[in-house]
Amino acid sequence: MTTLQTRPAPAPAPDERYARRSLLSRLLTRPEVGALVGAIVIYLVFFAVAPPFRPFESLSSVLYVSSTFGIPAVAVALLMIGGEFDLSAGVAVTSSALVASMFSYQFTTNMWIGVLVSLAVALAVGFINGLLVVKTGIPSFLVTLGTFFMLRGLNLALTRSITGNVATNDVSNIDGFNSARKVFASSFSVGGVSIRITLLWWILFVIIGTYVLLRTRIGNWIFAVGGSAPSSRAVGVPVARVKIGLFMAVGFMAWFTGMHILFAFNTVQSGVGIGNEFIYIVAAVVGGCLLTGGYGSVIGAAIGAFIFGMANQGIVYAGWNPDWFYFFLGALLLGAILLNSFVRRRAEAMR
Amino acid sequence: MWKRITAVGLALGLAVTAGACSSSGGKKAEEDSAAVTAGKANTPAITIAMVTHAAPGDTFWDIIRKGAESAAAKDNVTLKYSSDPTSANQANLIQSAIDSKVDGIAVTLPDPPALIPVVKKAIAAGIPVIAFNAGITSFEQSGALAYFGSDESVAGEAAGARAKQDGAKHVLCVVQEQGQVQLEARCDGVQKGFGGQYDKIYVNGRDEPSVQTTIAAKLQQDKSIDMVITLGAPFALRAIQSVKDSGSSAKVATFDFNPQIPAQIKSGALQWAIDQQPFLQGYSAIDGIWLYKTNGNILGGGKPTLTGPYLVDKANVDFVGKFAAAGTR
Repeated sequence: MTTLQTRPAPAPAPDERYARRSLLSRLLTRPEVGALVGAIVIYLVFFAVAPPFRPFESLSSVLYVSSTFGIPAVAVALLMIGGEFDLSAGVAVTSSALVASMFSYQFTTNMWIGVLVSLAVALAVGFINGLLVVKTGIPSFLVTLGTFFMLRGLNLALTRSITGNVATNDVSNIDGFNSARKVFASSFSVGGVSIRITLLWWILFVIIGTYVLLRTRIGNWIFAVGGSAPSSRAVGVPVARVKIGLFMAVGFMAWFTGMHILFAFNTVQSGVGIGNEFIYIVAAVVGGCLLTGGYGSVIGAAIGAFIFGMANQGIVYAGWNPDWFYFFLGALLLGAILLNSFVRRRAEAMR
Repeated sequence: MWKRITAVGLALGLAVTAGACSSSGGKKAEEDSAAVTAGKANTPAITIAMVTHAAPGDTFWDIIRKGAESAAAKDNVTLKYSSDPTSANQANLIQSAIDSKVDGIAVTLPDPPALIPVVKKAIAAGIPVIAFNAGITSFEQSGALAYFGSDESVAGEAAGARAKQDGAKHVLCVVQEQGQVQLEARCDGVQKGFGGQYDKIYVNGRDEPSVQTTIAAKLQQDKSIDMVITLGAPFALRAIQSVKDSGSSAKVATFDFNPQIPAQIKSGALQWAIDQQPFLQGYSAIDGIWLYKTNGNILGGGKPTLTGPYLVDKANVDFVGKFAAAGTR
């Protein structure tokens, strides 16, 4: 007699893709964790060697410098995750400030009109950058290199032909200057420590950027177009609109920073801002964005900007030989990047 | 989408034309500033090339160029202005001036070994050359007829001596760009003329927030600094803010001049400014070539003609300030 032995089927092994990982392992695989470790190490180094670095006032001014790089870096990071570069972001900051200042001055209008006109121009520049990249298929590195030089030339040529000088006129007594200054360039005091308003704006932009990237459909689209534009187009992602939108976001952040420069310093020199585009990209990369796109985080870019700000100020607080400033700056950034990739590799091995 | 963009554009246009005018400041308030003019010579029209090492968009060089343009308008001269901060490129620009057979060349000599050979080529081609702004020690060797400018070391020493006279104990010299011979010469001069405790710091002159915070950081790091000397007018404005931010009581003084400087001297926020009269440098360089062409004269008789240091403080700011506001001083 044969008996059919029925053995209970083994319980199906849980799909490993749905496995809950430990909190630590989830934390360690975030793109920004390497940068965070780097930031803590650099903070501790300067805390140890530079007594003037320790008080909260110094931290406040470090955070201020970081915010002026960090605000554009929010959008630059999103753009890099979306697989593109914008080399025109640094001069676009100056262009925005020049447009607002010269428009209000030449037409003797309320400052806020100039601010809005400048916003329209900045968004248009972003739109054109995006459109050129999407329509021609030429790498954004080249397209924005072209717009970088064009804006640089326009900044100087228009300023000189309109004002007759290479810097804009004093706009501090135009209506609306003071209210605009409150929005873009004021400071307030918390427990005796003066805090710049750009810090609050920076935090707000980082929160919005992170929310959009991680919690919305647009965020998924950004990762998708950065990972592979053809595949995401195949599954119905509006690649062109996402990319153009990202370039316009960079335009917006450049405009915001430009407004800060204008209302903090009143007159704008047409030659400034050149070279800052690399600092924004450095902040994003130190913060864990891949140069190839499809991976990265906004919080990481913020930490990257903070690392740059700390290195920038810390070297002075420490009183190191100024001839070596750029050497130290480069060494600190390289150290932060190495530490970043080391931590990330360990984290991936742990997984 | 286009509809929306057009709508926004229209709304903006309306807002502007609706007369959202400012009641103060702006173009309307700008006074008609008389340009520096002196009629026009009836000598034959000539072409002069001016080749400098200016970085684009620098307020200081803008004033030099205005001086050159004023002289050109007066002397019936067509001015061809070009500039490049790298010496190899500047040499190329001089070469292209020679190739286009101009009647004279006004040139700065920031890097004599790189530029003297091409200046000699110009002279060999029969084109008179006048040096200005940079190259006080090497213009004779290059064969240039004359030199108009200031001696950076002398200007630095004058600044240092004035700081000492003001009772400063610890001076900080702020350099906006690394590796520039003229800027280093100024700071070295300050150190020599001052003789007391002295520090130097480099800032990123192309980013205003970091100029301001870097100076503030230095003032917090060393609280004994009681005088900050910047090497360019825009950086003086940032330094004034840095002093406020850092709670320091340091005084601020600067090299060079721009339209914002006089008001700061009047209010006492800025102690003094050392001017090298860039307008005069550009003006004399063009006028010097014209004089040589029309009457064989050489201003300065082959020796350098100094345009500075000219110190502006509270005592003379009212006189000089009105020209600076017009952008010609």
